[in-house]
Amino acid sequence: MPGLTAFTTLQAEAKRSWQELIESRTPHILIGTATCGKVSGAMSVYEAITATLERLGIKATVTQVGCFGMCYAEPTMDIALPGQPRISYGFMTPEKASRIIEDYIIHHNPRPDLALCTIGDGRIEGITPFDDMPMLKGQHRIAIRNCGHINPLRINHYIARNGYAGLSRALSTMTPQTVIDEILKSGLRGRGGAGFATGQKWQYCRDAAATPKYVVCNADEGDPGAFMDRSILEGDPHSVVEGLTIAAHAIGAAEGFIYVRAEYPLAVTTIKHAVAQAREYGLLGQNIMGSGFDFDIHIKEGAGAFVCGEETALMASIEGKRGLPRTRPPFPATSGLWGKPTCINNVKTLAMAAYILAEGADKFAAIGTERSKGTCVFALAGNINHMGLVEVPMGTPLSEVIYGIGGGIAESKPLKAVQIGGPSGGCLPANLISTGLDYESLAKSGAIMGSGGLIVMDEDNCMVDVARYFLSFVQAESCGKCTPCRLGTRQMLDILERITRGEGQPADIDRLQELAKQIKISSLCALGGTSPNPVLTTLKYFLNEYEAHINEGRCPAGVCKALITYSIVSDKCPGCRKCVKPCPAGAISFVAKGQPVLLDEKLCNRCGVCRDVCKLGAVAVS
Amino acid sequence: MAADFGSSSIEIPRLLAGFRRDQSNLIPLLQSLQQAIGYLPAEAITAAAEHLGLSETTVFSVASFYTQFKFQPPGRDKIKVCRGTACHVGGGERIIAELQRDLGIKPGETTPGGEYSLDTVACVGACALAPVVIINDDIFGRASPRQIIDELANHKPGAGCPCRD
Repeated sequence: MPGLTAFTTLQAEAKRSWQELIESRTPHILIGTATCGKVSGAMSVYEAITATLERLGIKATVTQVGCFGMCYAEPTMDIALPGQPRISYGFMTPEKASRIIEDYIIHHNPRPDLALCTIGDGRIEGITPFDDMPMLKGQHRIAIRNCGHINPLRINHYIARNGYAGLSRALSTMTPQTVIDEILKSGLRGRGGAGFATGQKWQYCRDAAATPKYVVCNADEGDPGAFMDRSILEGDPHSVVEGLTIAAHAIGAAEGFIYVRAEYPLAVTTIKHAVAQAREYGLLGQNIMGSGFDFDIHIKEGAGAFVCGEETALMASIEGKRGLPRTRPPFPATSGLWGKPTCINNVKTLAMAAYILAEGADKFAAIGTERSKGTCVFALAGNINHMGLVEVPMGTPLSEVIYGIGGGIAESKPLKAVQIGGPSGGCLPANLISTGLDYESLAKSGAIMGSGGLIVMDEDNCMVDVARYFLSFVQAESCGKCTPCRLGTRQMLDILERITRGEGQPADIDRLQELAKQIKISSLCALGGTSPNPVLTTLKYFLNEYEAHINEGRCPAGVCKALITYSIVSDKCPGCRKCVKPCPAGAISFVAKGQPVLLDEKLCNRCGVCRDVCKLGAVAVS
Repeated sequence: MAADFGSSSIEIPRLLAGFRRDQSNLIPLLQSLQQAIGYLPAEAITAAAEHLGLSETTVFSVASFYTQFKFQPPGRDKIKVCRGTACHVGGGERIIAELQRDLGIKPGETTPGGEYSLDTVACVGACALAPVVIINDDIFGRASPRQIIDELANHKPGAGCPCRD
């Protein structure tokens, strides 16, 4: 078991080898191979890189890193040459990657035409520096500080970037109580969505009399549209291991669990690897860093139940039972796993706790607003140009995230709504995008921070359909234990389905509101209690769309199939036949070049593929 | 007990041996059995119950709660369509509808000949590449109904996807 001196040696060695890598005389190539990178073809780019290096006889280090956050540009490849800033290239193909390596490393042409930005000191003509990139300028990275910079499978990379320094400080110079005080002082609030003060939670658990105590990392990121936890687990797993170990020390636990979704196979592999590696380095197990503190972590894979993101359901699942939530109190801090005091924190909360212990509470508390300290992480997706992972100071206006960092709405269409906080969140209209992204401002608008999914929607989205979508999700995922959630959401879904079929009645709006009110106050757990939020916010901000469906039998966005018909605008259609093959119903036929195509209304299944592929606006919906 | 499930002969006792007799091991044990067999036949439920000292009812009630567990053999090609929010906004429901039409089965079902099974998943967390479809272990991002149907027509298990690692 390494003592503290041994850790200091480990750290010095890690920093030295990291410096050697950064300042190496050989080129350093980094490739993002998190799930989003792999889906976009990162592995074939990786193979092309190694083959090209061999073909050209170039000696270089190739590092696989996690997701840097620029998912829209995946796969990405970065090249750092000695004495030069690192250059990031996006939209890689095996061919492009080979060409860039040859052009840059052999012929000294950095290919500014293909580069996204430079990272680090120094400039390269024609390439935007990192800090001037609109996507990166407004960001402040704490939870995702290492994602895209380090190889997640190499503990030394993490240690070199001040990893485990927080744990070392906590174990060598602080008592469990001073650790809790430090977290309290930082103002850190739970990033799982509810925003409860983390230090307070740790305090309750520490003060509980019963033993043993447990710590749990909730990595069951079930919210559709959120992938921050996955990215952290895949790109920087040790920050979670370290944060959980600090929490265990603070509350006095010897055993911890990481409950991770089985739908994230790469995250499961990476976190398992990290735990094994931490054990090997003596950072988990007996007598950690010679402090006399013993702690170990078990990985539990979820089995595909959304409700298991709720803490009491999650604990039931760890115990090998159906993932059913139970009433609180007692809260897990006093009676959790097997009836013992249990502290449950989200992935981001733990990654931030590790940072706070290493860098000090003041540094964290200096960021954000008065009551929402630090940063928040968002997964930006939907109809937006720069989809990806974003971390900004709390209180940053939503507009800055959408138009600055996110690069605006895809195809320059008008923004209609932003869905924030998953199925428990709400839909904010375009005129509220000056709302600050912090717990208080969002709550005022009717939405919640949730786990941080941010889905941007343009004018082609029907808000009644969006509400129906969320209700169908909640209905499918309701655990069924309590009646308001099981049957109440069923009733709401039936009404919404009726409205989207054009069979809505004027009284439906009141019925929806009444049901929402009842479900909110009478559901057993927060998942049921917050499930009417998407309906309530769409009713509040997009009532006119509901009215158009009910009173006029019209879907203004042209989405609800029963209420729309497709037609070809003859004078705009050049007969290019781009829409003919994609039409799954075979409803479009080609006549002759220069003549508009024909659409058979009887065959048309109103799927909208033709409208998506036609860039000339020749497909009309009415 | 060596059970013969289709082409693979699975040693259930060998799998069970790795798990302590404790209910907290139930889900990992079922996951391990399903991984090996492809689904959870009645024999697997019985074996898990005996090994952990639980009733078969308890084991089945837990297994049936979680969407991951299947009680029917899956198709040779397993298709999963993501129904996350970004995928919904990006046209995921259209893909589900077209696959339903093309294969003649609903999500949760397998084609009569056992070629394909169709399922939906809550969210695979690759929202920036929505809509997403998974065929066996290959993930397809920015998918279109036509591309997926063409892919299935030419699909050889384990081949054909640039993202395969």
